[in-house]
Amino acid sequence: MRRRAALLATAALVAPLAACATAEAGPPTLMWYINPDSGGQSRIAEQCTEESGGAYAIETALLPRDAPGQREQLIRRLAANDASIDIMSLDPPYIPEFANAGFLAPIPDDVAEAVTQDVAEGAVAGATFRDELVTVPFWANTQLLWYRTSVAEAAGLDMSQPVTWDQIVQAAADQGKTVAVQGVRAESLTVWVNALVESAGGHVLGDPEAEEGADIAPSLDTDAGRRAAEVVATLADAGVGGPQLANANEDINASMFENDETAGFMVNWPFVWPRANGAVESGSLDPSVVEDYGWALYPQVDEGQESRPPYGGINLGVGAFSQHVDLAFEAVQCIVDPAKQAEYFVSDGNPPSSLVAFDDPEVQEAFPMADVIRESLQNAAPRPQTQFYNEVSTSLQRTWHSPGSVSPDTSPREADELITAVLSGEALL
Amino acid sequence: MSSVAGAPPALAQDDRPRGRSARSGAPRRSDRARQEARLGMLLCAPAVLVLVAVVGYPILQAVWDSLFDYRLTNPDARAFAGLQNYLLVLTDSIWWQALGVTVLITVITVAIELVLGFGLALVMNHALTTLRPALRTAILIPYAIITVVSAFAFLYMFDLTSGFVNSWLPFVADSKDWFATFGSAVSVIILSEVWKTTPFISLLLLSGLAQVPGELSEAAKVDGATAWQRLWRVTIPNMKAAIMVALLFRTLDAFRIFDNIFIMTNGAAGTESVAFLAYRQTIQRLEIGVGSAVSVLLTILVALIALLFVKGFKVNLAASTRGGR
Repeated sequence: MRRRAALLATAALVAPLAACATAEAGPPTLMWYINPDSGGQSRIAEQCTEESGGAYAIETALLPRDAPGQREQLIRRLAANDASIDIMSLDPPYIPEFANAGFLAPIPDDVAEAVTQDVAEGAVAGATFRDELVTVPFWANTQLLWYRTSVAEAAGLDMSQPVTWDQIVQAAADQGKTVAVQGVRAESLTVWVNALVESAGGHVLGDPEAEEGADIAPSLDTDAGRRAAEVVATLADAGVGGPQLANANEDINASMFENDETAGFMVNWPFVWPRANGAVESGSLDPSVVEDYGWALYPQVDEGQESRPPYGGINLGVGAFSQHVDLAFEAVQCIVDPAKQAEYFVSDGNPPSSLVAFDDPEVQEAFPMADVIRESLQNAAPRPQTQFYNEVSTSLQRTWHSPGSVSPDTSPREADELITAVLSGEALL
Repeated sequence: MSSVAGAPPALAQDDRPRGRSARSGAPRRSDRARQEARLGMLLCAPAVLVLVAVVGYPILQAVWDSLFDYRLTNPDARAFAGLQNYLLVLTDSIWWQALGVTVLITVITVAIELVLGFGLALVMNHALTTLRPALRTAILIPYAIITVVSAFAFLYMFDLTSGFVNSWLPFVADSKDWFATFGSAVSVIILSEVWKTTPFISLLLLSGLAQVPGELSEAAKVDGATAWQRLWRVTIPNMKAAIMVALLFRTLDAFRIFDNIFIMTNGAAGTESVAFLAYRQTIQRLEIGVGSAVSVLLTILVALIALLFVKGFKVNLAASTRGGR
């Protein structure tokens, strides 16, 4: 009796292993860790599996919703040498950390050359660390200034010319409308602050690529940093950020901008366009609202000085511990094919990194602002490219939140002090 | 609250003779008693072994890791740091602020829960027999909901965009952002915690109520005691052990608060707790050394609370289950 039980127990233990063995037969499976989207990446995975003619099959695994969560999951797995990660969708600011830790498989020269042809400059810069291409640009994002045509007209703003933050804050205040910005203590706040500092001609960090944390010199307590803080403070003091300014993220901003009573201006990613159109189609938004939408390049900090809009998007990295590195690079090249990027832009609202993809007639039809996005991508400034990005960003969020408490006299200096202390291991976060 | 907490020490003496078996008083034990004790040890040995593996090992690992300067993405640079990490944590104002927030949340939630939980336990205890199962189930539902889910529910309720609370409360402006300032944010966090875990405390108190012999209350009634007097002088003194156990469990639990804060404010508006601080260092910053030091300090604090309850208030953990037999 006891022997039979032991036999059964052994069988129960071995059976799943046998199942694993049979699953291995057939083409090798490449695991692609994707950030949540509207289903576009899964569709591309299927397309590429089919196009490979049986060379590989791509399966997708969903990462957490926000970028820091995605980083946490991937980096912990990679620190444990997880061989199941073949391809990963990476948010650009975290790429240096992955590259520095040796978590990304080196890109072969021929692949590097092929995947950087006709790609937006900002996207290539975001995929590069210490002069080497470490990831493959997939889609590239940038923020535009969205405005309600009626409000801009009533305020007498000429939107065919670049406008400044001071102008839109003043216009919104005069008209009793809002300027929707990302004031929440999260990554999006860093995106905003970085764009302001870069637009004012400065940088958050002096030497972001330094090897040692203690060697990284933050440079917020400068004219550019103080000017950026001034813009934040002016906006908050004018009361045009809306009641939820301290917790406003991109989604809340998009809702604010759909509200006819208060919407005036907004800086946000292009997803707001398909979102509003989708709402019109489903009947929850009046078509006149979308007809009132206008768009322009990101606002300037100082008149006459070209703005540096935020740069975001997703790049593809190949896991250093993957057992199918060559196949993974083949698959990556299939995924970033410009035609697929164009299709992905139309279906999911995420702009391509490939400049030729913008010429696709379907893209031009679905996104009347496609050319502005392309121009914005060329001007976009990445966030500090350091392997300590998470520390820098979190320190910035701690010292520049909430927007109402930001002051040019204190916030930039406090941010510099905290970043220095954290990076030299002298402070908690 | 203060009178309830103040009552127990004096009553501890009453409990002891009944709560403890002959073990403590009699140095010599019969063969049978010894065999029973041995059987008891054998029966609980597997559980103890599992606990050592899943609780003891990680604690020791954390203590070991906390002595190193160790970043997960740079394992080669791992270096022995002695007590440096502890020094860093204890000299940083963020630690003390997080500790203050944690103590504040713990004290307020446990106090509210004790009162509310006691009320619910009384209701359950006195409900008609036919109603009792349905009532208990209804009261227990919040406890069965995963903390993250209940945190999201409260977030959406109080959120300015999706919430309805502002329009329900007459004295609150429609544009009130609950998560923008410390006071209101921490109130919502406490409210969600109270809603979720009051059932747990009420269930423990219900078992305590069931232990109080009905004759005592009846005798007091015959002697002319009012309902209030019976509650304060008969019921509560007789369920002191159950109250202290409920308090102990909930205090330990509340002190490790994380989920609600993570979902609702992500630490903004000064709402970071000690557990959140550990998460930020270990998981977000990947600074295993500093993060482990925070975790070890949290473990020590939790152990101190347990010690305070068990030794200071003389809580007899075994006594609370007496009525279950």
